[in-house]
Amino acid sequence: MSATESAVVSRFANWNAAIIAITVIVLIVAAASVDSFGTSQNFGFLVLDLLPIALVALPMTLVIVTGEIDLSVASTLGLSSAVMGYLWNANQPIETIIPLCLLLGAVLGAVNGFFVTVLGLPSLAVTIGTLALYRGLAFVVLGDSAVADFPTVYTDWVTGSIGGTPIPNVLIIIVVLAIVFGVILHATPIGRAVFAVGASEQAARFAGVRPGRVKFWLYVASGLISGLAGVLWTLRYSSARADNGAGLELAVVAAVLLGGVSIFGGKGALPGVIAGVVLLGSLQNALRLSDVSNEALNVVTGVLLIASVLGPNLVNRLRRT
Amino acid sequence: MTAVELPAPHRSSLDVVLRARELGIVLALGILVLVTTISNPRFLSGQSIRDILLNTAILAVLAVGQAVVVITRNIDLSVGSVLGLSAFTVGTLLQNDNLPVVLALLVGAGVGVVCGAVNGVIVRYGNVPALVVTLGTLYVYRGITYFWAGGQQINADELPAGFLDFGNATLLGVPYLVVIALLVLVITGVVLRNYRVGRELYAMGSSPQAARLAGIAVGRRTIGAFTVSGALAGLAGVLFAARFGTIDAAAGTGYELNVVAAVVVGGVAVFGGSGTVWGAALGALLLTTIGSALAVLEINQFWQQAIVGGLILLAIGADRLVAVRVAASLKKRGSHVSN
Repeated sequence: MSATESAVVSRFANWNAAIIAITVIVLIVAAASVDSFGTSQNFGFLVLDLLPIALVALPMTLVIVTGEIDLSVASTLGLSSAVMGYLWNANQPIETIIPLCLLLGAVLGAVNGFFVTVLGLPSLAVTIGTLALYRGLAFVVLGDSAVADFPTVYTDWVTGSIGGTPIPNVLIIIVVLAIVFGVILHATPIGRAVFAVGASEQAARFAGVRPGRVKFWLYVASGLISGLAGVLWTLRYSSARADNGAGLELAVVAAVLLGGVSIFGGKGALPGVIAGVVLLGSLQNALRLSDVSNEALNVVTGVLLIASVLGPNLVNRLRRT
Repeated sequence: MTAVELPAPHRSSLDVVLRARELGIVLALGILVLVTTISNPRFLSGQSIRDILLNTAILAVLAVGQAVVVITRNIDLSVGSVLGLSAFTVGTLLQNDNLPVVLALLVGAGVGVVCGAVNGVIVRYGNVPALVVTLGTLYVYRGITYFWAGGQQINADELPAGFLDFGNATLLGVPYLVVIALLVLVITGVVLRNYRVGRELYAMGSSPQAARLAGIAVGRRTIGAFTVSGALAGLAGVLFAARFGTIDAAAGTGYELNVVAAVVVGGVAVFGGSGTVWGAALGALLLTTIGSALAVLEINQFWQQAIVGGLILLAIGADRLVAVRVAASLKKRGSHVSN
């Protein structure tokens, strides 16, 4: 293989760049071929649709980079939503409910972290367990009823946009948190510890990193953000239900892996993950506008999830030959 | 830290631990039945026991397949969706033709074989972790069923009487569904315990690298394990159709959680390399009994899922404790234990 060829292949093999390019192409194609895709109104819906995925994907990226996984995020979201509805029914002021739900999320994350880091149990099994446990508790709290009529000041803010612009308010939350997590992962000792733990836990320990502590706080962050996503989900639809967000973990994991994060840990970058989220979100949005059913959308998400790991592997194999 | 890695002299001590695990489930089951029966004697009526056994049969068939995969240090999250696809396929065929039951069982298992082989091939050749593959195919297989079914539902009155009879009929007092589950259980259990192929699966789960060095065809066995899990999920789909008679695209949604719970509660370690299908089947029986007991004790049904989650955590926590104890006691005796 000639030098230029291998340079082309290695540039293409840079999954991070590739995924951003693919995302841009999908956005252009969708805007050109789906009538209402490029409208400012649809932009607002698109951002709202990918809000929960985008938020939860941020801590999930860090968790997966350490070589662990958190499958309980959607259930944490659901339990946070259910508790929010329960407390609202109990006539608590929304100003106390929201911090409580965030705290609840952090506690649920800490439970995961405790099992994974203190007891040393495999995170896959633990978070499958808490996936069932938290969702089950959500149903215990709220049953199959729904709680509506949250204060319009809050619901309007979540669905509204900044001033007269088409930029949705919630985009501020996404951008701020993305910057926070991006800086933490790529520009602080914590971030370097996260990569070190993912690359080799033993080596990280010898280098003075405490893997258990890093992972524990990542699970707390994952729970906290999932709790926040639960609050925002509830306010967006003005409906607290125990089954809110069911199955969302698939989309989140798919977006993170699409973003070039290695499921084996140690590799990944946040810009790629953001691109992954946008790719997944806009693809789903465009297909929905083209009257494709939700179940069919799940086929797309499932295929993307597999392709996101299969793709880089095949590219690597190409590069080796 | 698994059975096959241990030097022979210590086999006995580990056997005791493993047996204690299965004894533990039996004990828990006994206490549960006792408490429930005291509060409501109808719990031990013929009809109630029959229902528990029939529901266990379906879950146990799934759990046996899952155990085979988990023993190789993989996981198959797509089983609920495979069950749904198989149930709908068989239901649609039976709507039009009066197929013999044996053929229906074969068709269902066939659908499962294809789904399982796809999982296995992607895991093997794509070098993609089983978790990712089967989480993906969970939605893909379910989506295919939805695509196909639309909002359509197959009702019991559209199915041939012979097939529905199969769901209720008994052989010497034992329902056919239970007979099939027992057959699956015994055959898989014996193969895993006494045959070369079975031991190779355990070896792979203990250490894939060592297994490869020992000349085991790890890739082929991986595909094989997923195919078995798929086939059994497909078979379970037919049993599901026969048992409930009503099939829509959502059949078996969320079953994967119960199946994984049954397997883990039954003492099959998620790290692979240890556990038995007997334990997995006992786990299935325990979970089903809990479900029935909740209804009889008039406890909110919504607790069931939370209990499943709690049991998973309890089981893996207990396994960990036992493993740590065994490792410590082996170390004390001066045997080599590497961690």
